[in-house]
Amino acid sequence: MITLPMIYDLAGLMFAAVALQAARDRANPRRLFSAGFWGLYAVNFVAGSYLPDFANGLLVLAMVALAALGLGRGAAITTTDDQRTTGAARHGNILFIPALLIPGVTLLGTLVLKSVIIAGHPLIDPAQATLVSLGLGVVVALIVALILLRPPALAPIREARRLVETIGWAAVLPQMLAALGAVFAVAGVGTVIAGLLNNYLPLHTRLLAVIAYAVGMALFTAIMGNAFAAFPVITAAIGLPLVVHKFGGDPAVVCALGMLSGFCGTLVTPMAANFNIVPAALLELPDRNGVIRVQVPTALVLLMGNIVLMYVLAFPR
Amino acid sequence: MLTLCGIVIVVAGFAAGINPLLVVTVAALATGVAAGLNIVAVIAALGHAFTQNRYVGIVWLVLPVIGLLERAGLRERAQSLIADLRQATTGRILILYFLIRQLSAALGLTALGGHAQMVRPLIAPMAEAAAERRFGILTPATRFLIRAHAAAVDNIAVFFGEDIFIAIASILLIKGFLQTNGIEVQPLQLSVWAIPTALVALVVHTIRLLLLDRRLRRQAAAAERTP
Repeated sequence: MITLPMIYDLAGLMFAAVALQAARDRANPRRLFSAGFWGLYAVNFVAGSYLPDFANGLLVLAMVALAALGLGRGAAITTTDDQRTTGAARHGNILFIPALLIPGVTLLGTLVLKSVIIAGHPLIDPAQATLVSLGLGVVVALIVALILLRPPALAPIREARRLVETIGWAAVLPQMLAALGAVFAVAGVGTVIAGLLNNYLPLHTRLLAVIAYAVGMALFTAIMGNAFAAFPVITAAIGLPLVVHKFGGDPAVVCALGMLSGFCGTLVTPMAANFNIVPAALLELPDRNGVIRVQVPTALVLLMGNIVLMYVLAFPR
Repeated sequence: MLTLCGIVIVVAGFAAGINPLLVVTVAALATGVAAGLNIVAVIAALGHAFTQNRYVGIVWLVLPVIGLLERAGLRERAQSLIADLRQATTGRILILYFLIRQLSAALGLTALGGHAQMVRPLIAPMAEAAAERRFGILTPATRFLIRAHAAAVDNIAVFFGEDIFIAIASILLIKGFLQTNGIEVQPLQLSVWAIPTALVALVVHTIRLLLLDRRLRRQAAAAERTP
């Protein structure tokens, strides 16, 4: 059976190879910081499950220290713009095949492979079908790309290093924010916020309660970077006791629109790094908040839309 | 109250432009200590949570493939495809991607997209190429604006499409939450109420992308007038 830990090992191997490439790049004056950062990330992928929590914690602190000191950026070994234009003309549309194989195999795996059973064992871990299929899709796409394009043997790993260094430490930020959310949960941050909201907000009318719930979801999501973390806290504080129980809102409508109000918060916060900060790095935008700036108008209109929809749809006359 | 110090640190740190990785780590350590945990326990909790969330990093496995294809000219090929389409504009390409992404997400196919898999290698180059074909060389600011819009479409379409699918994580979270509070709802009862917002999102963002086309046209016209 192909399981998630195997995919973690694969990711670990890739980051270890990136670290080796980085260590050998004399063009980067901080090459040892960069190599250390990606090397430690590789260790976490491969050995994280076996190391004690405290050791993993120290590993994370070391990564953060290296990132704060600066990872630098090396000299990418890749093709020139002219070579790429020539390549595009020579290879033509077959270039799209490996690119589309990644989502294609991921879908196929999620929908079909998870129920394939060989010799009494499932082919892939059904509980983790999408993630395992993504890993599988990458392997298939890589093999097809190597056959079609016949690049030098080291090219895949050199290209991986080029893109990893383009993204930089932002690649690890989403995982770090998830860890912050877990620490917040242990420390009871949500309970404190819920108490504050209940004590200090005068919500005497249906409209005020609806606005407070929707805006509360958006704001707390923006703080936590994640609507899933905000939902239980704000719904327990405002959504259920006031909008549903006191004013008689339909819980299905209220909660569905409450969650969507949270998503409006996700669009405007750097805390939702994988949606907002990582793509800015990936697309090489000089402004880290460039994607957020573009999303703000749509997010505000949709938040108002959700408030109106909740007020109109949740209360049957 | 002291447990909220982490939130203050995050907001202040992000506003001050300090490395976010450092800000988040300090916030986590401060919150844990303020809540009365000892520092060893907080570091262990951080290490545990970071390791538990490794699945977030799986997406980077696509980088060798995407890099290899870029090396062979994938982005240039995507651009020349668009250069042959006379009707293609930046806004129209992004509207089409919005529709595909939102519809597939509504069917539960959220894996059919993503910034590393689709936006960087295909969608952003196509959107840039459409503007280049119409207006010639783009200024860096215009290029970055188009790229930011391409990333935003990927986010907004999936956020306001996926909840229509009954087996998506957020719908199951709502169902579970209501169940623990003694309220039984079926996933379908929840997901139908995601449809109105999905339609509003489609309309609002389509208008914004058409306005983006207009803005690009005006910028190009203004640039022509001032030699």
